[in-house]
Amino acid sequence: MTEQSTSAVSINGVTKRFGDVVAVDNVNLEIADGEFFAMLGPSGCGKTTTLRMIAGLEFPTEGSLQIFGEEVGTLPPNKRPVNTVFQNYALFPHMNILDNVSFGLRMKGVDKKTASAQANEMIDLVRLGGMEKRRPNQLSGGQQQRVALARALVNKPKVLLLDEPLGALDLKLRQDMQTELKSLQRELGVSFVFVTHDQEEALTMSDRIAVMHDGQLLQVGNPEQLYSQPVNRFVADFIGQTNLIDATVADDEMIVLANGTKVRAPNPHPPGTKVAMSLRPESIMIGDREAVPSESQSTSLSGVISSVVYLGHSVVYTVNVDWMPLEVRVPAVAGVSRYEAGAEIAIWWDRLSDWIVPDEGYRG
Amino acid sequence: MTAVAPDEQSLVATPEFERSNERNKRRSGLLMALPAYVYLVLFFALPLIIVVVYSFATRTRSGGTALSGWNLDSYQKLGEPIVRDILFRSLLLALITTFICLVIAYPFSYYLSTRSPMVRNIMLVFVMIPFWSNFLVRNYAWRVLLGNNGPITRLTEGVGWEESSILFTPTAVVLGLVYGFLPFMILPMYAALERMDWSLIEASRDLGATGVQTFRNITLPLSRPGVIAGSILVFIPSLGAYVTPQILGGAKTTLLGSYIVTQFLTARNWPVGASVSTVLMVVMLGATLMYFRSGGKTL
Repeated sequence: MTEQSTSAVSINGVTKRFGDVVAVDNVNLEIADGEFFAMLGPSGCGKTTTLRMIAGLEFPTEGSLQIFGEEVGTLPPNKRPVNTVFQNYALFPHMNILDNVSFGLRMKGVDKKTASAQANEMIDLVRLGGMEKRRPNQLSGGQQQRVALARALVNKPKVLLLDEPLGALDLKLRQDMQTELKSLQRELGVSFVFVTHDQEEALTMSDRIAVMHDGQLLQVGNPEQLYSQPVNRFVADFIGQTNLIDATVADDEMIVLANGTKVRAPNPHPPGTKVAMSLRPESIMIGDREAVPSESQSTSLSGVISSVVYLGHSVVYTVNVDWMPLEVRVPAVAGVSRYEAGAEIAIWWDRLSDWIVPDEGYRG
Repeated sequence: MTAVAPDEQSLVATPEFERSNERNKRRSGLLMALPAYVYLVLFFALPLIIVVVYSFATRTRSGGTALSGWNLDSYQKLGEPIVRDILFRSLLLALITTFICLVIAYPFSYYLSTRSPMVRNIMLVFVMIPFWSNFLVRNYAWRVLLGNNGPITRLTEGVGWEESSILFTPTAVVLGLVYGFLPFMILPMYAALERMDWSLIEASRDLGATGVQTFRNITLPLSRPGVIAGSILVFIPSLGAYVTPQILGGAKTTLLGSYIVTQFLTARNWPVGASVSTVLMVVMLGATLMYFRSGGKTL
């Protein structure tokens, strides 16, 4: 790390083919040192294959893959300064926890005493002190997860790779582990590269997220960028919940919706382009038809409420606007009466809260 | 059912009810296992007891067996050089057979377990094909192959290997035994390797282990139940083998199986035959216990 600009992981034009199947398609990615980086996408999108290529468990068909500036393309996993936490943990069932955790050190020829001492330190760090002599199958899922973490971290990897590490845990435990992983990463200052299909998990934990789909990298950015400025329909739909409304560009200020309504939506596309307008459920306001504020006249639609779901902190209305249902989420305020199903209302939104994406590829 | 009816007032399960319920479950279980029990007692336990009892009996002059005057004479005969040699030779050949099977079967099973399911099934069928023909016939086939004018002898002579036919030598016996029992080594070994979680090997490599280190520390220990099961399944029948040594071995390669047959049928010394059989069974029992001790659960 002599140069400041050296990325922890640098992926340039990497493609991976399995026979005729293109698992990863010309991906370019830079992961900074000390970053908590998530690779997000539905199953089969190539995120795990990308992770496995960094680990050395798969080799790229094309392109260059560097770890701290060193080309690692076809280097076997044992010669890379990275370690992996596997999806099913892959703990060695015939070894106790101490032997599992000290495995990496012993394989590198560290003497048994030093290896045990370091392993014990790491076991304490993941709060498993006293479990050293147990076998993996005697531990709970959460504990096994922490052994897998300790087993990887004890080798002091320059980058820690995590393949859906929380997938097998139940919700409560998963939330606890999210916080724990995050603070562990901050404490160690090592880059964590983390694969998940759970967008909420990715948003909660990551400094930056890469969204993948069909082997392609669609967008890289921090959680806020991905949420508020998705590059296309897929990302808009995948990150959080949204209403995607098909439209055609009229000019750089206006778009035309399916039923001919014109709404204000500044956009950079040439007239006639098919686009989709992403409107987050929480950024839509709801009210009586005559209550639409004058400055929002050009960003409003009228509709009929078809269902009302009370969620405690908020109320979710399904509003039928002529040609499609939209989801609207408003805070539940005690004492304020709610609309009933069948009510004829208007919805409107702030001029800055919509986001226009090109209408291409995936349709949710 | 003869369950005690619950108290008319309360329909809850009283302790008496629970007990009779348990008893009934046990009874019906026993009933289902009864045919198997009867069969095992009649055709396995009883003959076994007879063999052990005879091993302590005395041979009469006429070649009969006197079931009186119990003694250890027949066991003392096992210490005689001839019998001892046969015992050691059998053990040695069985060990060599087991070892050769192990060396052949392990890489093969490993290869097999890394193939696609279709390839695996095809290969497994090939492993099983020899079982489709009679064991005796297959042994005679080897006799032809290894005989003086057989193709193998001609081949070795052709390459300038002076030695003539290996038929009727211990080598031929080991060859026949390896051929006959190899599938018994492959199948449990393959089952163990196939069950193994291959991500453990990836984890090991990821943690910095080389291929050799991974094999020593992960693959081998995890496939050990299969190795031990296969070894026992080959070692035990090799030790008591009768047909193969009889057909492929010569007079100088008498093994335990032949010796036992001779004692019962030719020498008419039943106590000695019975005592050799008993010793053989104890050795096999020991091997089986070793397997269970080592953590294996099924054979």
